[in-house]
Amino acid sequence: MTGLLGQIGFVAGRSVRRTLRQPGILVPSLIFPLFLLAVNTPGLQQITRLPGFPTDNYIDFAVIGCVIQGALFATTTAGSELALDIESGFLSRLSLTPLRPAAILLGQLAGAVTVGMLSTVLFVTIGIVFGVQFDAGPGGVLVLLALALLVCTAFGAIGSLMALRTGSGEAVQAAFPLLFVLFFLSSINLPRPLIEADWFRTVATWNPISYMVEGLRSLIVTGWDGAALAKGFGVCVAVIALAFWAATASMRTRMARA
Amino acid sequence: MHDRQGIRVEGLVREFKGGIRAVDGIDLEVAPGEIYGFLGPNGAGKSTTVLMLTTLLPPTAGTATVAGFDVVRQGGAVRRRIGAALQEAALDNFLTGREHMHLQGGLHGLSPQERRERGDELLARVGLTEAAGRKVGGYSGGMRRRLDLALALVHRPSILFLDEPTTGLDPQSRSALWEEVGRLAREDGVTVFLTTQYLEEADVLADRVGIIDHGHIVAEGTPAQLKAEIGHSTVDAIPADPGDRDRVAEVLARFGPPAAASPKGVAVQLEGGSERLAEIVRALDGAGVEVASLQLHAPSLDDVFLAKTGRSLEGAGEEDETEGEAEPQPAAV
Repeated sequence: MTGLLGQIGFVAGRSVRRTLRQPGILVPSLIFPLFLLAVNTPGLQQITRLPGFPTDNYIDFAVIGCVIQGALFATTTAGSELALDIESGFLSRLSLTPLRPAAILLGQLAGAVTVGMLSTVLFVTIGIVFGVQFDAGPGGVLVLLALALLVCTAFGAIGSLMALRTGSGEAVQAAFPLLFVLFFLSSINLPRPLIEADWFRTVATWNPISYMVEGLRSLIVTGWDGAALAKGFGVCVAVIALAFWAATASMRTRMARA
Repeated sequence: MHDRQGIRVEGLVREFKGGIRAVDGIDLEVAPGEIYGFLGPNGAGKSTTVLMLTTLLPPTAGTATVAGFDVVRQGGAVRRRIGAALQEAALDNFLTGREHMHLQGGLHGLSPQERRERGDELLARVGLTEAAGRKVGGYSGGMRRRLDLALALVHRPSILFLDEPTTGLDPQSRSALWEEVGRLAREDGVTVFLTTQYLEEADVLADRVGIIDHGHIVAEGTPAQLKAEIGHSTVDAIPADPGDRDRVAEVLARFGPPAAASPKGVAVQLEGGSERLAEIVRALDGAGVEVASLQLHAPSLDDVFLAKTGRSLEGAGEEDETEGEAEPQPAAV
């Protein structure tokens, strides 16, 4: 019998193939964040003059917004794709093979994470072309890619959980605006100490997205910041663990193997 | 030894929310190598039964063993021995036929060489070699069904479940699929559990037929046995001159009791079998009646369904749907 890794490989191969064959998934996750970056960067350059702002080049600060948006698209991609498999009966087909629930979950994420990572590489490359400098040096680029991989996986896992709980692609799509609100209620547009409204600062402090953002951003604007990276990686691992634990339980029920 | 066992079901029940009993205590047995036709209208409980027997839906009560393994306690062992093509051919429109075979073979643990050889062999068997490199999104309904069947056979299952395999297919695709299913049972010894709402399909293909209605099995046997239970053929005569209808009825009354007739005709249940047809022709001739049409109707499985449920199979499904009974989604528990 194929081992767990082999099973994940087969499901992942299918997920990546079908995702990359759908320009409707790929294009918005690449274009939309770049559009926001192109509009914001010249318009918000003056914000760098605020005392305590960590960089004098706004694109250094803003490019991480693109990476996180790309990861948010991974949520809907992973969720919608899994919901479609539930609705179409493809999950039943997979359930009739000796496939383990964990293999389906991990394999199904591969497509969404691939799109997330393609967009991350594109955003970072474009950022570097337009003057983004990594204070952590070339090694920082690699660590950013590693953390971005975890961020995409975390959001993808949340999408998968939503799909398994609701069984509906529409429900997953409907949750996207909520995630976008959560995205703006983080430290994505301003460092937390510079947020004046108390309630906003409190929400941003409790918002896990802030720690993902700050971990990624630290590699560009701060250099090697152990605390920011530890929090970034820690939050991702915690979200992935929680979402997978809940999703695996839902998957077992869906596959009638409870 | 398990693999040479068929299907045994005792008191199987599946109740859904609201207390709807889609399957209400059925018993059945399918011998190894047999084609069992599970016939019934939409919403009768056919698909729910298949979902339970393929381990995709836990039963509410009762027991079922497939290939000698319990569907609840030994689901993994059951799944390794069965193949299934469920009601909707669930395929990935963005993958090619060959990629489907590769994925299915891989998940069943076939080596790369086996995957390639088995995939090509099955694609050829279902006539999809030329289309194997095309994305499934461009396949016709018949091609999708045939690929679905090929996928169900990748790991050489000893028992095959086919849930309404020919619904929506044109007659040519339907008979090609029948031929293939018949060959699988005859030459490969595969046990086939086939649900259908087509009488002809059950009649042509099945060694034995179970008729299900409202979650109950109302009749079971070989098609010939079931029809014999109903007994008589009917003979239907249409006079050339509509004014001769009473005279035709008078003559036919000597051969059996009245039966449902065609709009312009007169029909009776034929006592004594089809050999009496010649006598009828002579009697009508003797009475000086000219007939436009004289037809002998052998009993059909629809007659069996009518006799057991009081309804004709045609349209029984629509009737049920208006009562709010519908087939469930797989594994949505």
